[in-house]
Amino acid sequence: MSVGSYVLRRLLLLIPVLLGLTLLTFTLTNIVPGDPARLAAGPQASDEMVEDIRREFGLDDPLPKQYLNYITGVFSGDWGRSVLSRRPVTTDLRAYWPATLELVLASMTLAALIGIPLGIISAVKHDRWPDHASRVYALIGVSLPSFWLALLLQWFVALKFGVLPIGGRIDSMVGAPDHVTGMYVIDSLLARDFEALRSALLHLFLPALTLSSGALATITRMTRSSMLEVLGQDYVRTARAKGVAERVVLTRHALRNAIMPTITMMGLSLGWLMGGSVLVETIFDWPGIGLYAVNSALTLDFMPIMGIALVYGVVFSLINLSVDVLYGFIDPRIRYA
Amino acid sequence: MKRAGTTEGLGRESTAVDTAAQRTPAPLATRAGTSLWTRRFRRFRRNRLSVIGAAIIVLLILVAVVGPFVAPYPEDATGAVHMSQRLRAPSMDHLMGTDEVGRDVFSRLLIGSRLSLGAGLIVLVVATVIGTLFGVVSGFFGGKVDLLVQRITDVFLTVPGLILAMAVAAALGPSLVNVVLAISLTWWPGYSRLTRGEVLRTSEEVFVEAARAIGAPRHRIILRHVLPNIATPILVKSTMDIGFAVLTLASLGFIGLGSQPPTPDWGKMIADGRGYLPESWWLTVFPGIAIFLTVFGFNLLGDGIRDVFDPRARD
Repeated sequence: MSVGSYVLRRLLLLIPVLLGLTLLTFTLTNIVPGDPARLAAGPQASDEMVEDIRREFGLDDPLPKQYLNYITGVFSGDWGRSVLSRRPVTTDLRAYWPATLELVLASMTLAALIGIPLGIISAVKHDRWPDHASRVYALIGVSLPSFWLALLLQWFVALKFGVLPIGGRIDSMVGAPDHVTGMYVIDSLLARDFEALRSALLHLFLPALTLSSGALATITRMTRSSMLEVLGQDYVRTARAKGVAERVVLTRHALRNAIMPTITMMGLSLGWLMGGSVLVETIFDWPGIGLYAVNSALTLDFMPIMGIALVYGVVFSLINLSVDVLYGFIDPRIRYA
Repeated sequence: MKRAGTTEGLGRESTAVDTAAQRTPAPLATRAGTSLWTRRFRRFRRNRLSVIGAAIIVLLILVAVVGPFVAPYPEDATGAVHMSQRLRAPSMDHLMGTDEVGRDVFSRLLIGSRLSLGAGLIVLVVATVIGTLFGVVSGFFGGKVDLLVQRITDVFLTVPGLILAMAVAAALGPSLVNVVLAISLTWWPGYSRLTRGEVLRTSEEVFVEAARAIGAPRHRIILRHVLPNIATPILVKSTMDIGFAVLTLASLGFIGLGSQPPTPDWGKMIADGRGYLPESWWLTVFPGIAIFLTVFGFNLLGDGIRDVFDPRARD
């Protein structure tokens, strides 16, 4: 099967899954004991005002009709409106998405830049102290509650020493760069606004560092174990025997063959980081999807929750698909089926 | 190229155990007086980290069992208020200080351990039972049933578990029972995937074919031949996962979607202490250490158990 038809088949398979997802979130958000119309109207509102809101948001229709309305809406770009912000969910998602993407990509970059070399060192120094240290470190990394680590870092690095900002995305005195991607680091680079770039990077550092701790640990371990396996192979011994420099053996012969499981892990981590960003965003006041999700959940705001789940579902599925396709490019022996 | 379980959460990756010993149907061979379990125990003991993990877990379970009886101020786990004692730094009277209404942090942590561990355990039991059931049905019957169950599993696996659990917890209303329900509901798909894969592999084995050939009924094949041979990887994964379930529970408590005051929920304690952070650090630091130790202990233990059952995983 060619790559094209493989991708197409996988995309078609996505449709029932995503439909199922909307059905799931719709069911979930409709077993709520609370009354969202009443919540939105506030405690002082009269019964008529609550009724108006109910009608305005279509909350008085029968449930199957509400679901059908929702699905047809989703396909035509109308994902409902947030009762809380009173804006269309799509507008909110567009506003919050770049912040989360920036945070997740920065964490992944940190995790890969540190984790892969650390894993290689562990494998090369197998069963000596660097290896043991990295094992303990990895176990600690996945066990640390991210929200706790975030609070401690905020306290130590930001509050106590004042080296880094305690929250937000950019200094209010500097202001956001012109909107291109919505990711401040990239936008400020494009605009050659280096003051904004500096501020954006400083704000990004602590949240990204906190979020990356789990992924960093997993990437380190994954790289280590696949490197160990590859280093024991005959072709590595052959390369060494014919006098290839150790650095070249490690990068060209070993790493290239060992990197696949790490790449898979990175793909899977992206989804996991998006989930984990919920907590980190809450603590660092990072205006992304995670913070939006928490605020919507706490106020029983249905439509945003459904929209957020759908966005995550689409992104996550596409990441998985890309990882599978990437597999074929790295290892041509793999066939798409 | 198709991979099973592509959306497995990070840190709780599946621990597929596939040893030659395990593929042989019970009873397993014993050699020269050392039973299999003695050898397993020796192997476990050789790994210092897993012994530390086991020690942490035994200690935690002990604390959870006797905690309420040995806590210096047991009434502080409920709605007690001692405003004259508020925000005291750690001292001999209050080992971990007091919180914003004068409750003893140490007592609350001790009593909270029962809640956290108990809830984590329930989540795992529920998730394992549901997941295994779906996985066995899916793997054993195949065809349309398999397709349907796997698509349902896909639906749950396309969204990060925490987001889904948040939505469920919010919808049901924040309480300890609801948050346990919410996490269980999002936790089973991983087990469904793992079990299905294991069932598919085991079904290819000669002893299953032999059972089929002599006309054993389906339920007997599943119960007597398949399940005992897939139990180990599932149990290993459950052990490692208890820590992460406790962590997820604390996370939801931290957000405010978990148990309500005055329940001594570890995550909620951190959230409450957050506002007093620079000065009253003990409110945040100690519950965090408790959560960390729990997750760390179960990870070490799970790691050790996996080594014991899967010698090949030991590099």
